[in-house]
Amino acid sequence: MAEAKAFAVRTHGVTKVFGRGAAAVHALRGIELEVPWGELVMLVGPSGCGKTTLISILAGILDRTEGECQVLGVDPQHLRQSTRTRWRGENVGFVFQQFNLIPALTAAENVAVPLLLLGHPRRKAIAAAEAQLERVGIADKRKVRPTQLSGGQQQRVAIARALVHEPRFVVCDEPTSALDADNGQIVMGLLAEIAMRGDRALVVVTHDARIFHFADRIVRMDDGLVAGVRTQTADRTLKLHSHQP
Amino acid sequence: MNRIAIKMLVGDVAKYFGILLGITFAALLITQQSSIFVGLMSRTYAFVADTSLPDIWVTDPEVKYIDELEPMQSTALDRVRGVPDVQWAVPMYKAVLRGRLQNGTFRSVIVVGLDDATLIGGPPKMVEGDLGDLRRADGVILDVVSARTRLARYSAYDAQGNPAKDAERIPMAVGDTLQINDRRAVVVGLCEVTRTFQSQPVIYTTYTRALSFAPPERKQMSLILAKAADGVDPTALSDRITATTSLRARTAEQMQWDTILYYLKNTGIPINFGIAVLLGFLVGVAIAGQTFYNFTLDNLRYFGALKAMGGSTWLLLRMVLLQALLAGAIGYGLGVGLAALFGIQAGGTELAFRMTWHIPAISAAAVALICALSSLVSMIKVIRLEPAVVFRG
Ligand SMILES: Nc1ncnc2c1ncn2[C@@H]1O[C@H](COP(=O)(O)OP(=O)(O)O)[C@@H](O)[C@H]1O
Ligand SMILES: [Mg+2]
Repeated sequence: MAEAKAFAVRTHGVTKVFGRGAAAVHALRGIELEVPWGELVMLVGPSGCGKTTLISILAGILDRTEGECQVLGVDPQHLRQSTRTRWRGENVGFVFQQFNLIPALTAAENVAVPLLLLGHPRRKAIAAAEAQLERVGIADKRKVRPTQLSGGQQQRVAIARALVHEPRFVVCDEPTSALDADNGQIVMGLLAEIAMRGDRALVVVTHDARIFHFADRIVRMDDGLVAGVRTQTADRTLKLHSHQP
Repeated sequence: MNRIAIKMLVGDVAKYFGILLGITFAALLITQQSSIFVGLMSRTYAFVADTSLPDIWVTDPEVKYIDELEPMQSTALDRVRGVPDVQWAVPMYKAVLRGRLQNGTFRSVIVVGLDDATLIGGPPKMVEGDLGDLRRADGVILDVVSARTRLARYSAYDAQGNPAKDAERIPMAVGDTLQINDRRAVVVGLCEVTRTFQSQPVIYTTYTRALSFAPPERKQMSLILAKAADGVDPTALSDRITATTSLRARTAEQMQWDTILYYLKNTGIPINFGIAVLLGFLVGVAIAGQTFYNFTLDNLRYFGALKAMGGSTWLLLRMVLLQALLAGAIGYGLGVGLAALFGIQAGGTELAFRMTWHIPAISAAAVALICALSSLVSMIKVIRLEPAVVFRG
């Protein structure tokens, strides 16, 4: 157990089978993965190799079929449903490819959602959300609805939302694939800068080679298995093509 | 999160409008149709309600309701007066007779004959003249609406005897005469009566004069109106009258209900209104339910995100319920408000409209059911929702 605590995430032989019988899909076929504290790990690999399935299991929103899995020292699948929901709310931050911001809410309200879900009073939650928006550089957009924001701005709001409650584990599924190259750099830079601390871990699913340099470790997946792991010294500088927007 | 739920609902203007429209329409239709139904039903017993003085109505045992009376022998009155605790009892004549207007046209009229001595059972409100004027020779009192319409004459007639093209309508007035079964009657007053299902003009006169209008028959007394002595329960007394006289004694309220129930049982009215109310309900369920379900479907990915980010199923259900409740409350308010406006508009007309407190309560229950049904499907969706959908395109 002490060993497990050295890593934010540690899995052994994780499999996932969707469906049954002839129609069964073996999405994961025995995943061995370690994510040390304080690291930004990228999951890369061809479409359909199981990246999304794997982070869903790590984030505690999907049950695995077999294997072992420790996230932040617990096995989310062993938690009761209500405890698990609460555990996610307190410990996991989410960034989605399609942002998933609620259109009827302002940017600040969207960012405040994780705190509101944890039962924080509205006033405090909004104040914290506005502070977080400032950190991602769009404090002036706090009263604006998502539909009036550019893709890059929306993803910044989403990053603020993923981090506002100070989660220890952040999962991102293709956070830059809906953005142009420069916005991808900015968003990834913000993620790396704000989210990375010694007591945190970040797993980013991507096939965007232009952001690989932000990673401490790149885990290459193929057909439901880890095909290779490369550690590198992360370069957190932005590689911008045009002038900064 | 309540505020967020409300913002989500109101934020989608088109869908929000659709949901409100469905609920408003249902509430309006249910409230309005029920009110007209109750209005019509209360018309059936208006004659009883208009006659406030007696608290017991005695008839022949065969009588089922107020509009079809079976005459009794005059000795029945003495039998009723003989029952202990009867403070007073007076006869009343009520029947449809044939009247002939000055211009020669015939009209069926309801002749109501009041006890000569007391004139008990007279119209609820005099418009012109006085009830006591009935004591003048050949005196009758007309209901004012009929005097202006069916009993009116025209200033000119064509060769066929129909009103001429530009003829003016001249209402029947005090001093005019008409014939009832070939007996002369002089109008001495005009009164207001509440409309009933019997559409004929109502003519009040004294009991004796009414009998002189009526064809000679062995039995001629239509009703006996009685009053219980002070402190005596009318229900118990009417039971006693029924038991001892072999007549049928009913309290005013029982008589009203007898009449309502007769019409309910023997006409298509309840079915027709029932269908209208049911339609309103179904349309409400269809429109509101469909739009609300679509609204939830549209928001499902956000609900999924909320689930992933730590929102419990219970919290999401509360959000959906709140959204349904809010839409229901506003739609209900609009619907009942519109129905009430309609009622106020209908107030001055012949339209039957009566909104008792039961009706908004029934509409509220119906709207609540609509919201429950609409949100139920959405709730099932939310319960089944897997948080893992958030990462799927
Ligand atoms: N809910 C599901 N039901 C059935 N098959 C699924 C489901 N989710 C994913 N899969 C399948 O599992 C495999 C891995 O999917 P996914 O994890 O989304 O891959 P990636 O994110 O690497 O593109 C694919 O073959 C996909 O079709
Ligand atoms: Mg994927």
